[in-house]
Amino acid sequence: MSQAFLLIFEFFKTGLFAIGGGPATIPFLMDMAEKYPWFTMHELSSMIAISESTPGPIGLNMATYAGFRTLGTFGGIVSTLALVLPSIIVIIIIAKFLDGFQENRIVQAVFKGIRPAVTALIAAAVIDMIRVTLFTEEAGKLIPQYKGCVLCVVIFVLLQWKKLQKLHPAVWFLVAAAVGVVFQF
Amino acid sequence: MIELWNLYAAFFRIGILTFGGGLTMLPMLKYELVEKRGWITEDVLLDCYAIGQCTPGIIAVNTATFVGYKKKGVLGGIVATLGMASPSILIITVVALFLEAMMSYAVVQHALMGIRGGVCALMLNTVYTLAKKSLTREDQENKLHLDKICVAICAAAFVLAFFTPLPTVLIIVFAAVAGVIIDRVAGGASI
Repeated sequence: MSQAFLLIFEFFKTGLFAIGGGPATIPFLMDMAEKYPWFTMHELSSMIAISESTPGPIGLNMATYAGFRTLGTFGGIVSTLALVLPSIIVIIIIAKFLDGFQENRIVQAVFKGIRPAVTALIAAAVIDMIRVTLFTEEAGKLIPQYKGCVLCVVIFVLLQWKKLQKLHPAVWFLVAAAVGVVFQF
Repeated sequence: MIELWNLYAAFFRIGILTFGGGLTMLPMLKYELVEKRGWITEDVLLDCYAIGQCTPGIIAVNTATFVGYKKKGVLGGIVATLGMASPSILIITVVALFLEAMMSYAVVQHALMGIRGGVCALMLNTVYTLAKKSLTREDQENKLHLDKICVAICAAAFVLAFFTPLPTVLIIVFAAVAGVIIDRVAGGASI
């Protein structure tokens, strides 16, 4: 039961402070992977792939998956509801009392500060993720897993090509999965 | 009652047809809410969307709450949000059940290892796109310039996030405070 409360607390916090949508929840999920035995960084990476390849907003999908990993179906439902609760409260207050919320000068100043910081938080999370999933640590030294690193660089370079940018993320994951099977990652 | 059910059903549809994040769902919202049902005007939708983006939480959820509230009050906001969240809960639970069962196969392990490379590449790309958007500003000729203040905030936040054990929440609060202080200082200078 106390696990359920912790899940609710962590996802409520994520819903309240993850500003900028789905990707902004990743630093919070990373914190959870470090703090609790719920899921590992490796599992988080599969969670991201699945959340991006299935219907539904990524942030909600990740909450359901993370909750499921921790406490089964019940955990998935509870985490997702905890994630949306702050939105419901905050948005209803804003809709009810604050006309012209987004034109308010203080609101604009706050978000001018937060936006670049969110970019930094996600960047730090991605570097952590790369360190854990594409490198192995032996005697305090980072050893790259060459196949995975090469695949990552190739896909990143291809993504800069305008025509390929429109492809659905699921296509990339299918390609990556096939490469992983063929080359025995 | 029927209206509440319609709200739930409309956002369930939007949830199930949205791939990716809140930013990709604007065309979907416009079709379902403005064109097909005529519940709100396009201006109201854009307002919802702008507010959804600059409030805490998942953008898709924020927009759902806002539209639901405008339509049917507090209960409408809750029902619309639950409609949006339902497909995620159903689909992900089923996928997760399957995946857990398949984890022991070597083929699945290899595939997941490959997918990890793909995830890192897509995440790197997300950061790159976000950085282009959040660290630059347009001048009168629509040319992009690096915004020095934004770059400074980004660099400071990165150092705190990467090299210190400071909680993510605190870094966001610091950034918000920095934004207000910079606005006060810059605002004072221009008057």
